[in-house]
Amino acid sequence: MSVTVDVAVVGAGPAGLAAAVAAAEAGARVAVVDAGNQPGGQFWRHAPETVRPEPDGHGHHGWSTYLDLRARFDAAQRAGRITYLPGLQVWMAEPGFTLHTTAAVAPAGAVPVAVTADRLVLCPGGYDRQLPVPGWDLPGVMAAGGIQAFIKANGALPGKRFIIAGTGPFLLPVAAGIAEAGGEVLAVLESSSPSAWLPHLRAASGVPGKALEGAEYAAVFARHRIPYRTRSIVTEVLGSGRAEGVRTARVDADGRARPGTGRVYADVDVVGFGWGFTPQLELPVSLGVDTRLDADGSLVGVVDERQQSSVPGVYLAGEVTGVGGAALAVLEGLAAGAAAARPDSGVPVKQPAAIVRHRRFAQAMHQAHPVPAAWQDWLTPDTTVCRCEEVTAGDITEAREELGARDVRSLKSFTRAGMGWCQGRVCGFAAACLGAGPGEAPDAGSLAASAKRPLAAPVGIGELAALD
Amino acid sequence: MNFGNGPRGSDVLVIGAGVVGAATAYFAAQQGLSVTVLDKGLPASGTSSACEGNILVSDKELGPELELTRYSLDVWHNDLAEHKKLWEFESKGGIIVASRESSLASLNRVMAVQKGFGVDVEELDQAALREAEPHISREALGGASYREDCQVQPMLVAAHLVRLATEAGARFIAGTPVTGFMRDGAGRDGGRVTGVRTPRGDFPAGAVVNCTGTWAGELAAMAGVEVPVLPRRGFVMVTEPLPPMVHHKVYAAEYIDNVGSSDAGLQASPVVEGTPSGTILIGSTRERVGFDRTVSTAALGLLARNATALFPFLERVKAIRHYHGFRPYCPDHLPVIGHDDRAPGLWHAAGHEGAGIGLSAGTGKLLAQALAGLTPDMDLTPFAPARFGEASPQTASREEATA
Amino acid sequence: MNPQPVTITFDGRPLTATAGQSVGAALASQGITAWRSTRKGGKPRGLFCGIGVCFDCLVTVDGETNQRACLVEVCEGMEVEGS
Ligand SMILES: Cc1cc2nc3c(=O)[nH]c(=O)nc-3n(C[C@H](O)[C@H](O)[C@H](O)COP(=O)(O)OP(=O)(O)OC[C@H]3O[C@@H](n4cnc5c(N)ncnc54)[C@H](O)[C@@H]3O)c2cc1C
Ligand SMILES: Cc1cc2nc3c(=O)[nH]c(=O)nc-3n(C[C@H](O)[C@H](O)[C@H](O)COP(=O)(O)OP(=O)(O)OC[C@H]3O[C@@H](n4cnc5c(N)ncnc54)[C@H](O)[C@@H]3O)c2cc1C
Ligand code: FES
Repeated sequence: MSVTVDVAVVGAGPAGLAAAVAAAEAGARVAVVDAGNQPGGQFWRHAPETVRPEPDGHGHHGWSTYLDLRARFDAAQRAGRITYLPGLQVWMAEPGFTLHTTAAVAPAGAVPVAVTADRLVLCPGGYDRQLPVPGWDLPGVMAAGGIQAFIKANGALPGKRFIIAGTGPFLLPVAAGIAEAGGEVLAVLESSSPSAWLPHLRAASGVPGKALEGAEYAAVFARHRIPYRTRSIVTEVLGSGRAEGVRTARVDADGRARPGTGRVYADVDVVGFGWGFTPQLELPVSLGVDTRLDADGSLVGVVDERQQSSVPGVYLAGEVTGVGGAALAVLEGLAAGAAAARPDSGVPVKQPAAIVRHRRFAQAMHQAHPVPAAWQDWLTPDTTVCRCEEVTAGDITEAREELGARDVRSLKSFTRAGMGWCQGRVCGFAAACLGAGPGEAPDAGSLAASAKRPLAAPVGIGELAALD
Repeated sequence: MNFGNGPRGSDVLVIGAGVVGAATAYFAAQQGLSVTVLDKGLPASGTSSACEGNILVSDKELGPELELTRYSLDVWHNDLAEHKKLWEFESKGGIIVASRESSLASLNRVMAVQKGFGVDVEELDQAALREAEPHISREALGGASYREDCQVQPMLVAAHLVRLATEAGARFIAGTPVTGFMRDGAGRDGGRVTGVRTPRGDFPAGAVVNCTGTWAGELAAMAGVEVPVLPRRGFVMVTEPLPPMVHHKVYAAEYIDNVGSSDAGLQASPVVEGTPSGTILIGSTRERVGFDRTVSTAALGLLARNATALFPFLERVKAIRHYHGFRPYCPDHLPVIGHDDRAPGLWHAAGHEGAGIGLSAGTGKLLAQALAGLTPDMDLTPFAPARFGEASPQTASREEATA
Repeated sequence: MNPQPVTITFDGRPLTATAGQSVGAALASQGITAWRSTRKGGKPRGLFCGIGVCFDCLVTVDGETNQRACLVEVCEGMEVEGS
């Protein structure tokens, strides 16, 4: 099956929803492809509407924004201006542009549709960034965002007693969500320190909504007595066959564990790790868009004031232009959708002030919550780095020292790190750090090699056989 | 590994740390020569990291190519025996499958000739084929089994040979592109090549070896000689990891016809093989489109159709990755190996097309013998660079390459 | 409105889940945290990223191998197998 439209949007999260609505309301014929079964993306993920037709937005922020966008999205669908294609993953975006898709699940998956469009708005979002630590491959260890997604989609908890660790303000809603759903959060361990905030307060003050959110989380933490430990990390997940506890330590400003500060939390069910987010860049990269390193060390797509990338006709919005949260994703989506609908309107555009403000806030956030410089010290030689191919830190160090593998590309060639099912999505950042060497952060080239995934999703060979 | 900077002279300077440059450096160091290896990137950053690691006897043209193949096989098995594990050497054996009466007939003809030249090949009837490959298509009529066919992990070959060479005293410098040659005289051809120029300074050398694969023509042109190496694009598809389903390297009989062809159009014959990591490699297309890196859905479709024709179960298997590389080939499909009499001091080892991994070991050993002033074990005349005639800086081949 | 209970089987054993839940959630709610072992080390694996990115949670669903348990929704009579 195939459809032809003016504007094709990938992703129906905050950015994609906004882009689709803006483009449709500006008169464009729009198609939206999303791997999920219903709109919302990561931020507005909710229980299947087939089961709970009227989600109440419990535990959600900006729910009224969602409801507004959703109403406009549904209206545009009814008016035939938006073709919504849920349950499909884009495995390739061909220049020109054609989106090739495949069902996200089987059996009973969606029927693949090829979407041809004059312009693309790519809003594929991102996923939790991970740093390996001994024991992180035990069952019961999850991505912090994964725990939140579990709760939002299922209205249930993946366990009873939780430890949440990593860095960034996102750890707060995760812990708050667990507590509100009835789970016990033994501690939130934040590697950075609140004093790191002080220099950046000015930027934060430009985005008042964020301060409000912060106050809400503080209240939840107080109500549920959740300990929030700064300058603290999990040094090891303990357990045989599954996570049963964690060993923690206090760290110095570089993230080096301070001797004598070790502590064990026993009786832990679930350990959630989040070190910020990694934007999902394979589609933009495959189309050849220019990229850069953002303040959080992630590779992101470069856009102009209309959200257009360096490739004419390819617009980017949301986490792929720099991790910045849902509110920014919506603003960018609106701008991108409008621009993609009217590419030749000729009016010189100024970037909306709100986008500039949110970006500045995001940068401040990233600077306050860096990936600890010394994180590689936490590894032992037998710590798994690539979960799919079971490549250890020792394997990677050896390839670097003996064979001169300095970038993700050669590490992959020599050790198979990043060659498995997830294609380096989970280990890519860590492997790039390890290739760069102790204390080093990866450069854009190494991260770009890691983001290069010519197949953006696994696709059936039988489906490929139908291509000509 | 020595990543030291700064110029220093050596007996031999190898340009390029793909499999061919790595093998040349390794064997030159074994000959007691002082060796410097330069690469513009890291080891195995060219075609050697975008290929399959087959060492094949089955697909070779009779003549110098087959002779070099068998010599090389011997080097893999003997000279390099102690290192086999480092690069996952596996004597897996290859099977060529014929699915049509006509291709079965030509396969039988090829087999008869190959046997005459001492190739270890055995005919497989339908039952024997099924036994060797239980999941092969019911359409398969018969095949040929080549026990000598084996494989390596090419990136590990290049990286470890460079490492072993440095342990034997060679020096490797990454991130150092060669931008020109040092010459000892004026005149039309500038005299003898006495070293290379790089952004890190000059590297004088008694002999300079051009092992730059698909870039070899470009390098040769810097020395004012023509070595017409052209790119021939190939896509390879990789499946999800599976329990063992494909036990040999399995090719379709049409493969043999494609290899030797110069047809510019898209061609592919299935080469399907399981890997130790559980993935199945589906190779590979052959296309002359210059250095175009655009992913071709036509190529993916063709690979998928051919592979499922051989192994129908693949229909329901997922591809998780694909990649492509550019085979360095010469118009006569023979590599260029030896001293370039048109630019004294300059040597070449390039243009191994779709067989550079397999041929690298033999190429390196033979060239090292010649560099050391010995008579090589095998006559290198058929591979002589000067076979392409007199030097002319404006090579037609490069226009063709980007056409 | 309370979602309907549905019955699925996991490795042949019946298991009660809730309509709309993912397979991964249905298993985790029953205290099953691992349903796959790795190819090399034979290590147990279950949910990790929770959003379809890591492929750690692979299961066989009604004969379809290598499906992501965090994405597939349960339905009555579904047969789930670990790998
Ligand atoms: C698990 C998780 C939880 C999060 N929770 C919060 C939170 O509580 N608060 C907060 O501020 N931020 C949160 N974030 C950060 C969050 O990503 C952003 O705030 C926001 O969701 C970004 O919106 P987006 O539209 O850019 O991307 P997303 O919301 O991630 O939406 C992207 C959509 O694109 C789809 N997609 C991606 N690739 C393809 C493809 N190839 N084919 C088809 N569809 C595709 C995805 O399935 C998804 O539906 C979370 C992130 C994650 C990963
Ligand atoms: C899809 C595909 C499948 C294949 N399958 C097989 C197979 O199964 N078996 C087999 O035997 N062969 C196979 N081949 C062919 C094989 O890959 C090549 O013949 C072989 O890799 C060539 O090696 P090389 O060392 O000559 O070139 P390369 O590996 O390309 O090395 C050349 C090196 O030179 C460096 N370089 C270039 N210019 C400069 C400069 N100016 N200064 C410094 N350094 C420079 C590059 O960085 C590079 O590292 C396949 C090829 C493809 C594309
Ligand atoms: S938990 Fe990561 S893909 Fe399902």
